Amino acid sequence: MTRDSTLRSGLRSPRLLWVPAVVGLALIVLPVAGLLLRVDFARLPALLTSPASLDALELSLVTAAISTLLCVLLGVPLAVVLARVRRGARVLRAIVVLPLVMPPVVGGLALLYLLGRNGFAGYLLDVVAGVRVPFTTAAVVLAQTFVAMPFLVISLDGAIRAGGDQYERVAATLGASPWVVFTRVTLPLLLPALGSGVVLSFARALGEFGATITFAGSLQAVTRTLPLEVYARAEADVDSAVALSLLLIVVAIVVIMASGRRMTDGVRP
Amino acid sequence: MTLHAVVRAVRGQFELSVELSAEPGHVVAVLGHNGAGKSTLLDCLAGLLHSPETSVRLDGRELSLLPPYRRRVGVLRQRPLLFPHLNVRDNVAFGPRAAGARRRQARELADRWLAAVDAAELADRRPAQLSGGQAQRVALARALATDPELLLLDEPLAALDVDAAPAMRGLLRDVLRTNTGRVTVLVTHDPLDALALADTAVVLANGRVVEHGPTQRVLSAPRTPFAARLAGLNLVAGEAVEGGLRTADGALLHGLHAADTEQNSPAVAVFAPSAVSVYPRDGRVPGSPRNTADAVVAALEPHGPVIRLRTQAAAGWAGGLAADLTPAAVADLALEPGTPVTVVVKATAVDVHPAWPSGLARGPELPERSGQAYS
Repeated sequence: MTRDSTLRSGLRSPRLLWVPAVVGLALIVLPVAGLLLRVDFARLPALLTSPASLDALELSLVTAAISTLLCVLLGVPLAVVLARVRRGARVLRAIVVLPLVMPPVVGGLALLYLLGRNGFAGYLLDVVAGVRVPFTTAAVVLAQTFVAMPFLVISLDGAIRAGGDQYERVAATLGASPWVVFTRVTLPLLLPALGSGVVLSFARALGEFGATITFAGSLQAVTRTLPLEVYARAEADVDSAVALSLLLIVVAIVVIMASGRRMTDGVRP
Repeated sequence: MTLHAVVRAVRGQFELSVELSAEPGHVVAVLGHNGAGKSTLLDCLAGLLHSPETSVRLDGRELSLLPPYRRRVGVLRQRPLLFPHLNVRDNVAFGPRAAGARRRQARELADRWLAAVDAAELADRRPAQLSGGQAQRVALARALATDPELLLLDEPLAALDVDAAPAMRGLLRDVLRTNTGRVTVLVTHDPLDALALADTAVVLANGRVVEHGPTQRVLSAPRTPFAARLAGLNLVAGEAVEGGLRTADGALLHGLHAADTEQNSPAVAVFAPSAVSVYPRDGRVPGSPRNTADAVVAALEPHGPVIRLRTQAAAGWAGGLAADLTPAAVADLALEPGTPVTVVVKATAVDVHPAWPSGLARGPELPERSGQAYS
């Protein structure tokens, strides 16, 4: 037997905290355990490989991946600009986190009234280009990006502000133009935060329900993602809904594992 | 390069108004307490802070309208701030890469600069694996690898521990001596750094220059009370010899050599006025102090709670000294200008530091100053 260390921390948490801590943990574990107990493992393969299930799974993975990519392409510049902005930063931050605190259904409605046939942008798109966004896969992606982007921006914004601009200042005196500073210093230093931001955004996009069902509807293979499929089956076919829920949980666990220790170590640069 | 800078900046209650000039190849020390405006001055020179009333001219080239990355200004700060995601070699290669060098070319240049600062063996390490002194050497190589026309050193030794600081000071001296006309501005609160590295010194107080001139003059004979409080040291120039320092006229002053002092090279002995004891001439000097010499009182002036005595200029090390005495001692000894006295300094209170010999070109082989025309 090897002993790595004979030392251990002398600090303890107050014992009083243990009770609510255990209750809190139970609140997460017990429902999941309850769901697992309800799973009909005999029918599980058949339930999961039904065409509707496979359609939903594929749609979910594809749309969540595209949404996450959009979050990165738009969210990284947004976070970098936000962290360096001098005036109005508080207002801008409040706007950016709005989708986070807003009920997703309201977000879906908002998107609908922007891009729906009666919305001003939607009307314009329809008349000029003949494009109708609502109730398409594109609408699913938009809804997911809308709700997931704040997670990415907040992760990065915190990291940028915590890190300060000292390395950027050094890089500037070494002759690096703002673009070189961004690509060779700012971005590489943000990679850990970007990693956790990506994981959080992907998970949020994958679980998105309210905004999607409002803005994109629930059409099999077009807009009916896994959460929508679960909801659709919950009344008629409970076993099938439970099986799909299990699938969602497994995907979520895979995402957490794939992100390595970043998520479980906390969101910190 | 000739530097002429006029920096004016206002930040809240604080107003900075400084004029700074330097001859080609010279090192200017900017001395001052915390909050005197030293770092603001440096940031204005580097372009990291902008102020509309600032003018920075380098050989007639006006820098103040250029962004920092077009100024060709190198900065070394108290903390090395090596990029944590790059290894040592790529840290040093960063500047040449940003200037358009190819990766291989930049890395070769980086290796040569690492060798010049005696850090070649660290090239493949991560910054987190370096000691404070090693990291600061690498940071110096990184700043020099861009071939800056103006080098700004912001308390480069302040964060190093007592073992690493002398070695870094020695390295800086070698690098600055091998200078090819580049102007260096050294910001410091330590008079010894200025003494070891700078030709001229500027003393800054509340955002203004209160004193400027040759370093040794500013440090040994400050004209304002402020500069005297900051510096106010006794400096005796000469040559480092075994056990101390020999003045030009042959007098020996016993003292302790600093770690980077070399035998038989120009040196300065430094000791505080409070380390000087004053006895009546022909009186008995207690104990057996190593450094005893005769002098004549030139002036007595109040200096805070003590009286600062100055001796008349004379041969040997005891001419032009400052000594701090209590008012009671001055009364007991019946001191007044013209009184002959014997001055005593304990050898352990005397530090012998290498002096900065202006215009001397000596030091390690440094990579050639190239035009750096990258394809």
